[in-house]
Amino acid sequence: MTSGPPPAATAPVVLDQVALVDLLDRVLATGVVITGEVTLSIADVDLVHISLRALLSSVGTITNGPPGGDAESP
Amino acid sequence: MAGETVLWLHAVTRGLDPRQLAGLIGVGGRPVRTVEAAGLVAVVSPVDLGEFGEEPLRRNLEDLAWLEVVARAHHDVVDAVGRAGPVVPTRLATVYRDDARIGTVLADRRADFSAVLDRVTDRTEWGVKVYAAPAPPRPAAAPAPDTTGPGAAYLRRRREQLSAEHQTQQAAVDDAQEVHAALSRCAEAVRRHPPQDRRLTGQAATMLLNGAYLVGTEHSQQFGATVAALSGRYRTIRLELTGPWPPYSFSTVEFSTVEDFGVVEHRDPPR
Repeated sequence: MTSGPPPAATAPVVLDQVALVDLLDRVLATGVVITGEVTLSIADVDLVHISLRALLSSVGTITNGPPGGDAESP
Repeated sequence: MAGETVLWLHAVTRGLDPRQLAGLIGVGGRPVRTVEAAGLVAVVSPVDLGEFGEEPLRRNLEDLAWLEVVARAHHDVVDAVGRAGPVVPTRLATVYRDDARIGTVLADRRADFSAVLDRVTDRTEWGVKVYAAPAPPRPAAAPAPDTTGPGAAYLRRRREQLSAEHQTQQAAVDDAQEVHAALSRCAEAVRRHPPQDRRLTGQAATMLLNGAYLVGTEHSQQFGATVAALSGRYRTIRLELTGPWPPYSFSTVEFSTVEDFGVVEHRDPPR
């Protein structure tokens, strides 16, 4: 497959390690949402993130979705 | 404690040779493996229920140090899968009891996963953050003839100063919007994340744009050049490029397609 990254020379500002805040923007607020059967339902995830928001306000918008919406399409 | 293990779902892909995951370690410190069903490949790793079960997970997600370790481990797997082929990352903390359950999810959601895989194939995500540049030192205004006394003169100067600051801020917001519109024209799809909190960025400057752009792999160099060119164009703002990312921001339905950006170009108020 050909979806690898471009050579580093094409990326003006690529950091060695991604910033945690940028990573959390992505791994908490995005990505396909599926209800895991063992752990958190979507509503529970929202609750967790509401309390995280005090610290991580940048991920707060994920709580805007309807709670319990376990059928969110990717 | 020899606890029960469950399966953390990192990502979904297709056409993956499991050998491409050799040596890759998941969030629980154990090797990742694949579960195949419905023409799709789930990339999973075993985790202990004692650490990743509902109650402990709820507690651990509040611990930023724990969250960082897990987020980076998850990302490393997603990134590796993305280097091997198209990848649909799952949001942090998606856990299933066993292979059979994951197989059911792949079969039930096959159309959704396939649509996202089609969308991200041969594309990669770039992040561009725009900050307000520090205001340049403003030359002191020449004192106007004072006909009304020092109090009124002070208030007038103060009004002028505030008005100038407001104009500077508005110019920066407008320029950030222009940058977003220009980058959107280089992208297959775009998504604006909420601006990050200053306490997390460590930046004194206000973040005006936290954009994600899905760019054809063959256009990555052009996208980087556009960011560099835009960086040099504006005095009011500062740009920061991150990536390439796996297409995290484009694995959901909640993003705009480029067609929406006629709105921006016509300079209607941003949503």
